[in-house]
Amino acid sequence: MGMKKKHFERRHLVELFMKTIMRVALVIVAGALGLILWTIISRGFPSLSWDMVSQVPKGGYYMGKEGGILNAIIGSLYLGAGGTGLAIIFSLPIALYLKTYLGDSKWGAYVRLALDVLWGIPSVVYGAFGFALMISLGLRASLLAGIIVLALIELPIMTRAMDEVIRRMPVDLEHAALALGSTKFEVAMNVVTRQMLPGIVTAILLAFGRGIGDAASVLFTAGYTDRIVTSLMRPTASLPLAVFFQLGSPYPEVQQRGYAAALILTIIVLAVSLGSRWLSSRLNKYTVK
Amino acid sequence: MSETEFLSSESTKQAEGRRVRPSATSRIRQDQAAKRTFFIFTLLPIILILIVTVALLVRAWPIISAYHLSDLLFGKTWKPGEGLFGFWPFILGTVWVTTVGVVLSVPACLLVSIYLAEYAHARIRSIAKPILDLLAAIPPVVYGVWGLLAIVPFVDDVLAPLSDRWLGSVSIFSVTQPTGFGILSAGIVLAVMITPLIISVVYEVFQTVPHDLRHASLAVGATQWQTIRNIVLPQVLPGIIAAVVLGASRALGETIAVLMVVGNVPQVPTSVFDSAYPLPALIANNYGEMMSIPLYDAALLGAALVLLVVILIFNILSTIVLQRMLRRKWA
Repeated sequence: MGMKKKHFERRHLVELFMKTIMRVALVIVAGALGLILWTIISRGFPSLSWDMVSQVPKGGYYMGKEGGILNAIIGSLYLGAGGTGLAIIFSLPIALYLKTYLGDSKWGAYVRLALDVLWGIPSVVYGAFGFALMISLGLRASLLAGIIVLALIELPIMTRAMDEVIRRMPVDLEHAALALGSTKFEVAMNVVTRQMLPGIVTAILLAFGRGIGDAASVLFTAGYTDRIVTSLMRPTASLPLAVFFQLGSPYPEVQQRGYAAALILTIIVLAVSLGSRWLSSRLNKYTVK
Repeated sequence: MSETEFLSSESTKQAEGRRVRPSATSRIRQDQAAKRTFFIFTLLPIILILIVTVALLVRAWPIISAYHLSDLLFGKTWKPGEGLFGFWPFILGTVWVTTVGVVLSVPACLLVSIYLAEYAHARIRSIAKPILDLLAAIPPVVYGVWGLLAIVPFVDDVLAPLSDRWLGSVSIFSVTQPTGFGILSAGIVLAVMITPLIISVVYEVFQTVPHDLRHASLAVGATQWQTIRNIVLPQVLPGIIAAVVLGASRALGETIAVLMVVGNVPQVPTSVFDSAYPLPALIANNYGEMMSIPLYDAALLGAALVLLVVILIFNILSTIVLQRMLRRKWA
C-alpha cells in the first residue's frame, strides 16, 4: 500500500514537472519574438524619419549625409508584387488540380513531394541558379530577373499553403455542385475558389511576405541602385539588401539607418501577416458554413 | 440619346447571350482542356527541381572534372588565386552551425508542440499560433540584425566569460577568439528561426494519433504525461525525427542571418565560440564578383551543388515520412 502510494505521487510529480517546463518553453519562444521585436524597434526607431521613407539616397548618403531608402522600399514592393503575381498564375491552377482532379492519388502525392522539396531549397541556391542562368543568357541584374527568382521561391510556399486549405473544402459542397451537372473545372472555378477564398488570400499574402523579405536570392539577380526603378530591365534596390549593405558600413550614422530600414521591413512584413489574418476573417463571412 | 440606346441594346444582347446555356459537349471540352493544361502545370515543380540540379551540375562541371572529388570535399585550403579549392572548412562550418542550432532548438520545440497538441486550452493555442506565425514571417535579414545587436554582444559579454570560467577545459567550449561572432551566435539565431517550422510539423504529427488511444490509456489510470510518453510518442517518433531533419535542412541553407553573425573566417572550427564560414555565406559573399579567377565561378556553384544535394536528400526523406504519417489525417 505504501509502495503504491509513493509510485502514485511520483508520477504526479513528473506530470507537474513536465507541464511546468512545457509552459516555460512556450514562454521562452514567445519571449524570443518579444526580444526580437523589442531590439528592432528600440534600435531602429530613433533613426526612423520622414526622410528615410520619402527620399532616395543623395550624394554622400553612404557617408552619413542626407537621403532615404525610398528606392529600396519601392523596389521591394515591385519585387514582392511581381514575384507573387507571377507565382499565382502557376500555383492556383496546381492547387486546384491537386484537389479537384487528383485528390489523394499517387500522382498528387508526387506533386506534393516535389513542392515540399522545392520549398526546402534555400534561397541562396535559387539565387546562384538564377545568376548562372543570367550569365548564360547574357543578361544583367534586373527587376525582371529578381521577380522571376522570387516567383520560383514563392511558388511552392503559395501552392502548398493553398493546397492545405483547399483540401479542407467540405466534400458535400463539391458533391452538390457535381450532382447538379457541373464539370470538375466548373467546380474548381466557381465553387472551390469562392468557398476557399479566405485561405487562398492568406496563402498569397504568406508568399508575398516571404518574397519581400528574401535577401539571398535578389542579391545576385536584382542588383542594387540608388534610383527608383523605372523599367523591368533595370536593376533595383530592395529593403533586405538596404539593411544588409548599410549594416556593413563603417559609419555609425549609416548603420543606424540600417536598423531603421530593418524596422521598416519588419513593419511591412508584420502588417502583411496580421493583415492577412484580418482579411481572411472578413472574407470568411461570405463562405458557406 | 443614341449612345445610351446603343449601350442598353448592347447590354440586353449580353444578357441574352448569357441566358443561352453553352452546350454540354463544349463544357466537357472546356473541362478536358483545363484538365490537360493544369496537368502540365503540375509537371512544373518536378521539372524545376531537375533544371536547378542539372544547371548547377553543368556550371560546376569544370571544377568537378578538374579535381578529385575528395580533394574538393576534404581539401582544407581555400585559395582560389592559387587554384586551391578545399570545401572542408566550409562544410564543417555548415555542420557546426546547423548542429548547434538544432540542438538548441529541438528540446524547446518538442516541449512547446507537445504542450500545444496535448495540454493547452484552445485560448492558449489561439495566442500561440500568431506568435509562431510572426516568428516565421520575420525576414532572415531582420534575424541577422537581431543577432548582431543582441546575440553577438550577449555571447561576447556573458556566455564566453562564463564558459571560459566553468567549461574552459572542455575543448568544444574553449574561448580562443573572443569577439562574439561565431558558431554559437549563429546557432542561437538559427535555433529561433527554425522553431516555428519544427513546432508546426510536430504539432501536425501529433494530430494524427487517434483520440481513442489516449482515452484508453487515460481510462486505465495513466497520467497525461504517461500517456504521451508511452502511447503517443512511440507513434509519432518517425514524424518527430522527420521534423528535426526538416529543421536541420532549413538551417543548412540559411544564408544572410548566419552570414551576419558567424564571423566568416575560413578555418576548421574546434569550439562553439570559434568563427566559421558556412557554405551559403561563402556563396553569398563571393558570387558575382569573381569572374577574373579561373574556376572560381565553377567552385562556388559546386558549393551550391553540395548544399543542394544534401538538402534534397534530407527533404525527400523527411517529406516521405511525413506524407505517410499525415495521410492518416486526411483518410
